[in-house]
Amino acid sequence: MSMTRTINVTVNGTSYEHDVDVRLTLADFLRHELNLTGTHIGCEHGVCGACTILLDGRTARSCLTFAVQVDGHSVTTIEGLAEKDGTLNPLQRAMVDNHGLQCGFCTPGVLATLTELLNDIPNPSEQQVREALTGNLCRCTGYSGMIAAVMQVARANCNDDGRQ
Amino acid sequence: MKPAPFEYHDPRTLEEAVSLLGRCENAKVLAGGQSLVPMMNFRYVMPDHIIDINGIADLAGIEECDGVLRIGAATRQRDLEFSDLIARRWPLIKAGLHHVGHRQTRNRGTMGGSLSHADPSAELPNVCAAMDATIEIAGPRGTRLVPFAQFNRAFMTTAVEPDELLTAVKIVPWAEGHGYSFQEFARRHGDFAVVGVAALLELERDLVTRAAVSVCGVSTGPVRLREIERKLVGAAASDETFAAAAISAREVDAIGDHHASADYRRHLAGVLCERALRQARARVTIATDGAVG
Amino acid sequence: MGVKQFGARVARLEDTALLSGRGRFVDDIKLPGTLHAVFVRSTYANARVLDINASEALAMPGVRAVLTAADLPTRMRTQRMPMLVPNTHIKTLRTQHCLAVDEVRYVGQAIAVVIAEDRYVAEDAAGMVFVDYDVLPAVNDVRDAVKDGTPLVHPEFGSNVVVEMPMTFGDVEAAFANAPHVFHEDMWQHRGGGNAMEPRCVLASYEPATELLTVWSATQTPHISRRMLGELLDMNIEQIRSIAPDVGGGFGPKAIFYAEEAVVAFAARHIGAPVKFTEDRREHFLCATQERDQYWNMSIAVDDDGTILGVKGSLLHDTGAFMPWGIIMPYIAAATLPGPYKLKSYNLDITVVFTNKVATTPVRGAGRPQAVFAMERLMDRVAHELNIDPAEVRRRNFIQPEEMPYPVGLTFRDGKPLVYDSGDYPKGQEVALEMSDYSTFRDRQAAARAQGRYIGIGIANYVEGTGLGPFEGVTIRILPNGKVRVATGATNQGQGTRTTISQIVADQVGCRIEDIDISIGDTAAIANGVGAFASRQAVNAGNSAFIAGTEVRGKILKLASRHLGVPEEEINLEDGIATARTGNKPSISFGELASLAQGMPGFSMNPDDSVGLEHTAYFTPLQAAYCSGCHVAEVEVDIGTGGVKINRYSVSHDSGNIINPLIVDGQVQGGVAHGIGNALLEWMKYDENAQPVTATFADYLIPMATDVPTCAIEHVETPSPLNPLGVKGAGEGGTIPAAAAIVAAVENALAPFGCRFVEAPLVPERIVAALSQAGAYGAPVR
Repeated sequence: MSMTRTINVTVNGTSYEHDVDVRLTLADFLRHELNLTGTHIGCEHGVCGACTILLDGRTARSCLTFAVQVDGHSVTTIEGLAEKDGTLNPLQRAMVDNHGLQCGFCTPGVLATLTELLNDIPNPSEQQVREALTGNLCRCTGYSGMIAAVMQVARANCNDDGRQ
Repeated sequence: MKPAPFEYHDPRTLEEAVSLLGRCENAKVLAGGQSLVPMMNFRYVMPDHIIDINGIADLAGIEECDGVLRIGAATRQRDLEFSDLIARRWPLIKAGLHHVGHRQTRNRGTMGGSLSHADPSAELPNVCAAMDATIEIAGPRGTRLVPFAQFNRAFMTTAVEPDELLTAVKIVPWAEGHGYSFQEFARRHGDFAVVGVAALLELERDLVTRAAVSVCGVSTGPVRLREIERKLVGAAASDETFAAAAISAREVDAIGDHHASADYRRHLAGVLCERALRQARARVTIATDGAVG
Repeated sequence: MGVKQFGARVARLEDTALLSGRGRFVDDIKLPGTLHAVFVRSTYANARVLDINASEALAMPGVRAVLTAADLPTRMRTQRMPMLVPNTHIKTLRTQHCLAVDEVRYVGQAIAVVIAEDRYVAEDAAGMVFVDYDVLPAVNDVRDAVKDGTPLVHPEFGSNVVVEMPMTFGDVEAAFANAPHVFHEDMWQHRGGGNAMEPRCVLASYEPATELLTVWSATQTPHISRRMLGELLDMNIEQIRSIAPDVGGGFGPKAIFYAEEAVVAFAARHIGAPVKFTEDRREHFLCATQERDQYWNMSIAVDDDGTILGVKGSLLHDTGAFMPWGIIMPYIAAATLPGPYKLKSYNLDITVVFTNKVATTPVRGAGRPQAVFAMERLMDRVAHELNIDPAEVRRRNFIQPEEMPYPVGLTFRDGKPLVYDSGDYPKGQEVALEMSDYSTFRDRQAAARAQGRYIGIGIANYVEGTGLGPFEGVTIRILPNGKVRVATGATNQGQGTRTTISQIVADQVGCRIEDIDISIGDTAAIANGVGAFASRQAVNAGNSAFIAGTEVRGKILKLASRHLGVPEEEINLEDGIATARTGNKPSISFGELASLAQGMPGFSMNPDDSVGLEHTAYFTPLQAAYCSGCHVAEVEVDIGTGGVKINRYSVSHDSGNIINPLIVDGQVQGGVAHGIGNALLEWMKYDENAQPVTATFADYLIPMATDVPTCAIEHVETPSPLNPLGVKGAGEGGTIPAAAAIVAAVENALAPFGCRFVEAPLVPERIVAALSQAGAYGAPVR
């Protein structure tokens, strides 16, 4: 009964035209059709947050979105976060400095969440960071490293503002 | 945990959607997908047809029309959360939204989706219950309006018939400067409420002139505590009044499950009712002086 | 020598790839033509399987096979899975079949497997495999399972009791008979899971031309996995390559060898195409092993001053329907109970019991959190009854540092006396108390209570046997291009193994950390290996790296000395270059030396030279290295809702010498988070028919960012004398005492009401019920 549709989607700045089964989740589309395996699947019921990506700049669970729904839209995954020259962006670097990841499985979703948060609020409070991260479960770190990473970026954002 | 096969429809107009609903057996409407798709992935639900309403342009939006708030069914929870109009005139909605899921799910989740899913612990239906919202439903027989009191029919079942679509929620504001509160106890941030209490108050000096108290998480849907509301009106907005209300709130009929017993839910209803009334009182910015009326 | 890496906060080598989406987890690996396995699982906790009808499933397009036990090779079909850790006390050993043979004993047990071209189709087909069951009564609660007339998990044994075994030393009855004070507590901890964010995953590929089976598995123990596959598939282990690539968290359940690994490997060989199984979260809740259901009925005998005279009682342990790792958890629990305290006598009667639930095996802590909970709750009880400060009653009973090495009095499961190698428990507690401002707490508490706020503080100490054997290995080889190739059977599920091993190698060999190319968790890279469990890799693999590095350094120096014409003592090894400190400071690179160490074709080797600049070392610890620590939790309880907020959490931690404080702090913080889950949130519930009722992340509650405070952590380093690096394990210490400290803190917060708590997780409803019973709300809640 399932059928296929042709979708046009921009992922990390690249346009793709693909035929997809309409029941294919966006997470599986990214991982298995586009081979962008940086997006991870941890629960497939929208709680763990490992599959979180940016859909038109806003976080979304790619396990709860069908690929057919992103026709005409733009998706950013963990593979699309680094600077143009391929070096880590300030948030990614801060994650290294502060031991914000251990096994790295939740990391793609965490980066999506924190990227959106820092776009919305360049200098968030620790409580705002913690509340944003409730949408991402991490079993390894106890969250402190990733919180410290955001606060490091936030301080830098603050100093940038101060200079302007 | 992959969904069973289905046929996918993405109507561009309301009429098209309603027509599809009339034609398709075992169809489900897909809005934000934050409740439906998990159930599909678990294969708890296996619809033959998915009708994706995200492409219907005029189904989303927040507008004030003749003093009444109209929220399109496909309006994202995030857009409600960040709406100045809602924060100013319908602050209970924003207060309730603070407890709804996580920013990642509010980005996609919709007002209509939450109401249609009708989880007994959900916050937005409780807000609608407290505010006596009117639900707009479109179907092959035209558009009809259902008072929220008649919207929840049974456990996770609403007044929306299989061939109908929830299109909007209409909410009349309370008086400017009214008090409001949404108190909730959840095990973790963003979890469904164990129990949540929405309260609204209007005061005249220190007397309650209007009150609404609604509880979620105790029954199959939100429960308005109308007896308590009746006793509040005309009473002093005092700690004693609210403590008495809390004792009555503990009498609410409650259902137990593996998350919490009925006793515990009743206890929480009392505690949160008192806290909600106190916070609502503290938030009243304009109490009429009695000359108005 | 360059900057010393050992002990430095070296940024992790793992991070850049993982932060860029370039990690390589099993499910990320694509082989052309891969088929997908979906298991048909029991929907009942106890049943006879009468018939399996797969004809409709087999007829579906894209379905390549449906395999049941009857399709498996002889060994897998006729015998149960191997048991890894035998123990003579086990009367009635039971492991499960790879696929169910005639019977199922827990919900989720694998009955058949669908192999299809697409995961979605495989799930469709699995739904069309019809199993006819004769449903039998099931037993869920371990306390029921020991009663007469209860349903039997394995009727052929006539009882659900697997093991009855005492752990004892001293004359405990005499101690109790003469004690001025005896206190009793009945305590319990409930089931939880590992719930690594990456579910289990296996990909197998069989190459007929080379007769090589390659299995990628999200496992903590690839070498053990290879051994099991060899046995079950009747293959020489040299025909099997087992690889654990990036693994997304382990926490114990991934140390187990699972039936699915063998079935998928067989299917790949049988069908002649790569086969992948990716566990989904529901399966993880149903089928990945769990831990912690234990009931402790304990008594403590003390003097008037709180000195412990004896501890005795019983431990009832739920092993689930099978016992793949024997009885190591109750054994470890029993051996952990004495902790940092001097016990003159001790007796624990252990009873291990089958229930119709998935097997219990180690989950971060492995029996220790329960034991520490029992002992620390007893200590708090003593403090309360004798009106002594909880910190003081502990102080009076500590083993003193000058008493090290300290024989506890017990025999450990390796048959050797249990002896603590090192530790300074009094200092550990003082450090944690200071971090937590313990001395001012009573004033802060009084001030809070005056405002109607209920804050409390709790202390928990523990001693943890880490770095268990048998061994781990490290190979170091200098390559002609100057790179340093390292291989180890140690594995990485987030611990930063790549980084810490590289640090040790860089120091010993004298190379740049970025010139190290390290293979982790690949049986093709090193002949022997064990893997990650029991906080063992820093001790086992770390010291192997040290020993191998020292040997390779010696070889480099020897060769460089001859080549540069200067004595070895005058040569510096730094950044991969051997440089003389004297004369005109001639130098030669490691790469050139590695080429020299290969000799020249047709020429004899120099008689002093060994072939190649390489060495493999297998460090074999004589016994455990005992890590210790003290946790102090400060909480606030909302007496209206029973909600608990952890305001402050202080940890003093002794894992010996520290290789990388950044990583160790991360292990402690993450461990505490898991402990917070055990203390307040995580509870795998089953109904009366042993059906799981909390099999989603919305029902089984893992701590979120708003539940876990950032811990204050200080290290009290007492090096282990038992290994060259002086290190101890660090992976589990954060979890072990957390539930004890947090529940103690909640009890302390509610001291005005006289509430006592003896369980974990301690859920808000229980707190409200206790407050209600204490009259906190006036009339008791109905």
